[in-house]
Amino acid sequence: MKRAVPGNARPKRIIAATKKRTLSWDNWSAVLVLIPSLLALGIFVYGFIVWTGYVSLTNWNSYIPNFQWAGFRNYLAVFQTFRFQSDIRNIIVFTVLFIFGCLALGLFLAVLIDQKIRWESLFRSIFIFPMAISFVATGVIWSWLLNPQTGVNLILQSLGDTHPPQWFLSTVFVPSLSVGLIQAGIPLALVAVSIAAVWQMSGFAMAIYLGGLRAIPEEMKEAARIDGAGPWRLFWTIIFPQLKSSTITAVIILSAASLKVFGLIYAMTGPGQDFTTDMPTLNMFQTTFQGSQFADGAAIATLLFLIMAAFSIPYLLTVLRKEEEA
Amino acid sequence: MAERRFRRMGLYIVLSVFAVLYLMPVYVVAVTSLKTEASINLAHMWAWPQTFSLSSLGAAWAQLGPNFMNSIYLTVPATIISSLIGAMNGYALSKWRFRGSNTIFFIILLGMFIPYQAVLIPVLRVLEWLRLDGTIPGLILVNVVYGIPITTLIFRNFYVGIPHEMIEAGKIDGAGYWGIFRRIVLPLSASGFVVAGIWQFTQIWNNFLFAVAVTTPPHQPVTVAVVNIAGSQTVQWNVQMASALMASLPTLVVYIFLGKYFVRGLLAGSVKG
Repeated sequence: MKRAVPGNARPKRIIAATKKRTLSWDNWSAVLVLIPSLLALGIFVYGFIVWTGYVSLTNWNSYIPNFQWAGFRNYLAVFQTFRFQSDIRNIIVFTVLFIFGCLALGLFLAVLIDQKIRWESLFRSIFIFPMAISFVATGVIWSWLLNPQTGVNLILQSLGDTHPPQWFLSTVFVPSLSVGLIQAGIPLALVAVSIAAVWQMSGFAMAIYLGGLRAIPEEMKEAARIDGAGPWRLFWTIIFPQLKSSTITAVIILSAASLKVFGLIYAMTGPGQDFTTDMPTLNMFQTTFQGSQFADGAAIATLLFLIMAAFSIPYLLTVLRKEEEA
Repeated sequence: MAERRFRRMGLYIVLSVFAVLYLMPVYVVAVTSLKTEASINLAHMWAWPQTFSLSSLGAAWAQLGPNFMNSIYLTVPATIISSLIGAMNGYALSKWRFRGSNTIFFIILLGMFIPYQAVLIPVLRVLEWLRLDGTIPGLILVNVVYGIPITTLIFRNFYVGIPHEMIEAGKIDGAGYWGIFRRIVLPLSASGFVVAGIWQFTQIWNNFLFAVAVTTPPHQPVTVAVVNIAGSQTVQWNVQMASALMASLPTLVVYIFLGKYFVRGLLAGSVKG
């Protein structure tokens, strides 16, 4: 960035130039190494997204490809379906339950683990291990645990609950409000799915928060303690604000996971009765590959991508910029 | 003092309760898998098996054994290839910064966030065109390409930790781009490869969307088999649980022995600010 002062900079400039030349050959090697990956991603990510976007604007809604221009007709058609309207409700409800559950549980466990406890790594490992399992296995296992006739309900019944929940088979909405074609409340079936998802991913939030807690200087907590702050106030006024960037990171990554949720739903419930547990990802997959409505499926896929881009691009840009400054 | 002891005890009790809750599914899967079909009873799901039997695991293996092997043929090469690509990219992006390298990093990273539904229709068309549709090599290709962002990220962040003076020292010794990579960087990369390798192994083994979209019956990996077994009405719960257990074992074993590196991959993948 700094410009050399003209006049007395001559010898310096020569050194700089030769140095630059030897550097640049090696820099070219770096560029050459990156080219295959850039080409692959250029095609498989960026090219394919454009391709999908193009398909969404055509009349390709049967097994035989048809690239006749349709404009935004597929988008309108998709938005008018009962299934997609249900998807919008479901993804919002699921994302809120899932993220809130992971953050609350993750933060709680991280704070407990941060108390200089014994067997710390054992506890940490237990809370993170579900992340090593596939969403599909989680779905199968939890559909057994939350089967209304057995599993968790046996425990609830032994505790005296005579009407235990129907979990993922429930068709109840709370509250029950008709909006458009659908019921706009929280489908209770999604609560069951969220429990399984939180079990799987809360360890991630815990790991992020634990890293954040460990980065807070000890003096800061000490100073607050000397000022007479109780543990509760100490936490909310001193510690929690320091965890802001951990929270943002966790929210972004969990949002991405939530929007992508597929295997868990596929294995645990499928679309559910009246699409109470359907998701845009599942809708896209079935519409496209089982219903051969390629253009409709591409429209849903494009919408998914746009939502993802809307929050991941700004996030990535700020992270990279911050890093460059550092 | 007594109050402090009391509070510490409360802390351990709460942590243990949560540990039990997190491990509850493991208990259920294990005991259900070890029961015989005759002793599967909805009312006694939590009960310890009266007689231990490997018949459920045997029945599950008979159904999903070939798929399990498919997963190995898929995961091992895909993990190795994508880790190597990640190491090369990470080295280029961390130790040889050039104008625009951060832009390239951004272009690569964004690929990590996309919902794969947005590329699925073209992926299947192109695999068909390459005559790789329905096959494990086709699935390897897809997993390698979409694994580039995360492995690049892991290695870039790993190589940033190698002091720049070591690279400079290599340059003074007259080593170029590849010489420095081979003689200085690669020997220091072992734990980077462990982190990237474990992460990719877990992700590719557990992947379901690409597996179900790309492969057809004889070539399907274990995740698809688990769903098929669970989805069929005729298969008993004990076999379903046994198949879920088998599908989870390889990644769980890796986690138990190398969990530290798994968590490092987890945190690296979160692109923290």
